[in-house]
Amino acid sequence: MTQSVRLRPDRPSPGPGHGAGTTSDLAIATEGLTKRFGHQTAVDTIALRVPRGAVYGFLGPNGSGKTTTIRMLLSLVTPTAGSIEILGLPMPRGAGRALPRVGSLVEGPAFHPYLSGRANLRRLDAADRYADPATADRRIDAALDRVGLLAAAKKHYRAYSLGMRQRLAIAAALLAPRDLLVLDEPTNGLDPQGTREVRSLISTLATDGTTVLVSSHLLSEVEQVCSHVGVMHVGRLVAQGRAADLRGDGDPRVRVDTAQPEDAARVLREKGLAEVTVGIGRAGGVLGVVPAEEVVAALVHAGVPVQGFVVDRPSLEDLFVSLTGEGFDVSG
Amino acid sequence: MSVVELSPRRTASARFLRSELWLIFGRRRNQAGLLVLMAVPILVAVAVRLTGGGHGDGPDFFSSITDNGLFVALAALTLELPLFLPLAVAAISGDAIAGEANLGTLRYLLAVPVQRTRLLAVKYLAIVVFSFAATLLVTLTGIVMGLALFGGGSMTLFSGTEIGFGEAVGRVLMATAYLSVGFASLGAVGIFVSTLTEQPIGATIAVVIYCVANFIIDTIPQLGWLHPYLITHYWTSFGDLLRSPIAWDGVGSGLFLAAVYILVFWCASWARFAGKDVTS
Repeated sequence: MTQSVRLRPDRPSPGPGHGAGTTSDLAIATEGLTKRFGHQTAVDTIALRVPRGAVYGFLGPNGSGKTTTIRMLLSLVTPTAGSIEILGLPMPRGAGRALPRVGSLVEGPAFHPYLSGRANLRRLDAADRYADPATADRRIDAALDRVGLLAAAKKHYRAYSLGMRQRLAIAAALLAPRDLLVLDEPTNGLDPQGTREVRSLISTLATDGTTVLVSSHLLSEVEQVCSHVGVMHVGRLVAQGRAADLRGDGDPRVRVDTAQPEDAARVLREKGLAEVTVGIGRAGGVLGVVPAEEVVAALVHAGVPVQGFVVDRPSLEDLFVSLTGEGFDVSG
Repeated sequence: MSVVELSPRRTASARFLRSELWLIFGRRRNQAGLLVLMAVPILVAVAVRLTGGGHGDGPDFFSSITDNGLFVALAALTLELPLFLPLAVAAISGDAIAGEANLGTLRYLLAVPVQRTRLLAVKYLAIVVFSFAATLLVTLTGIVMGLALFGGGSMTLFSGTEIGFGEAVGRVLMATAYLSVGFASLGAVGIFVSTLTEQPIGATIAVVIYCVANFIIDTIPQLGWLHPYLITHYWTSFGDLLRSPIAWDGVGSGLFLAAVYILVFWCASWARFAGKDVTS
């Protein structure tokens, strides 16, 4: 994978501390962020780092604290401890200036059932102090069009299917030009086609320079679009970084299935593979920069009877299983 | 992509208020409620017309209806004052925050972002507008029905003084405005209760019970010391605006008490809502 962080050129930023320090390169930065509800610690001293221009996959099982974190980012919930910076502005003090540049989807869609999709968006737009009423209709139609909901714009929200509701919520997040999108489980309730559309929408937005934080309990749904990943487990951020780094890209292992594992291991060492291991009926090692096909050729040339040859890239899925235990069960 | 313009628009809150009013008055449930409010003056006028009035028995305003149609409005206000109008205001104000929380739309409004104080202010303003509109609707329906069935002309007040039709209409509208202020103070209680729960129906019921309890306490002589502080105590003073000269004592106290209630409960809602975790 050659995906890299897309850092956008500095744009006029309204915040203090613009241009200097490390936090200005981050769309979201939290320090020691903690939320306790009674005795329950929902979020435990997490330090989110979402670089500008990144697509940040915020992953974790249901109940791991993702939504509570997102609620704190949007000033819906007051942190018990810790600090938050959004687009370089401290929260909640800077919420009035930062949040107009943030589109959000929090814990599923929620609209007035007896209003049409368009009327619901008009209402949200009317609540936005920065929105220009003169362009409202155009922006609303553009947002509806973007999520493929223009044809159903006049229908009452209550008549929408779950997928349509989800699309409307995404349209609401796109009503104004945004620097940051916070999308909590955006593919919930969508069919495979809808899921693909949302993924491609996220990619398009990211290409335009929007930073996207997308949360999911299903790794496979967001893995392909994420440049960065953070993994939550029981309220803690257990891993965070560039997806490629976390995946251990560049460090693929080879596994040779053979009746002569000792011979195979010798060849692997000769080819310069590191951490060569020998098991029953197999040998393995870290490939490094050596092309896999050369290793195969060398094995055959040395007369090693190769029954199987696998290049194993550690997947994110493997990482999650190791970090969050048994896959994606609900944490208590 | 363009940089978001970061100066708030001056007319933004007016636009938000319009949206809020459109939400209230566009809602079927509320439209049905307003129709019920309108039905009372219509019923009064038709009933009096059919039975020919009947002086002496019944409330004051009733016996005067056949003399001047404007009294239909006053009679209707008297009938709707104990329950119908407070119920309407309770329904709207109880729904203000709890309704949005219940639907989940509250989190999206706050994330727009709408500053919480601004949200409370716009929501409460809409309640005030509704209080005035609902009361005025009763009055106007009463005036139209009354004039159609009984005619207008000069009005003989209870004090015996006769005033011209124009002034009479002015007095009726003053009484309407006075009552609206009273209902708006109940709306302040309502928006406070609405910040306590995510169940709009619960908030509405609580406000209605509160209002009825006030009326009940007001009839218990042993609790006389409490009466001047009851939110409903001075509501019936609206009749004083139809005396000549106007007896300002009750009306003045009523306006002052309403202002105090509005201030106290609006501040209470703010204190409750400003720092509240929104987990709905």
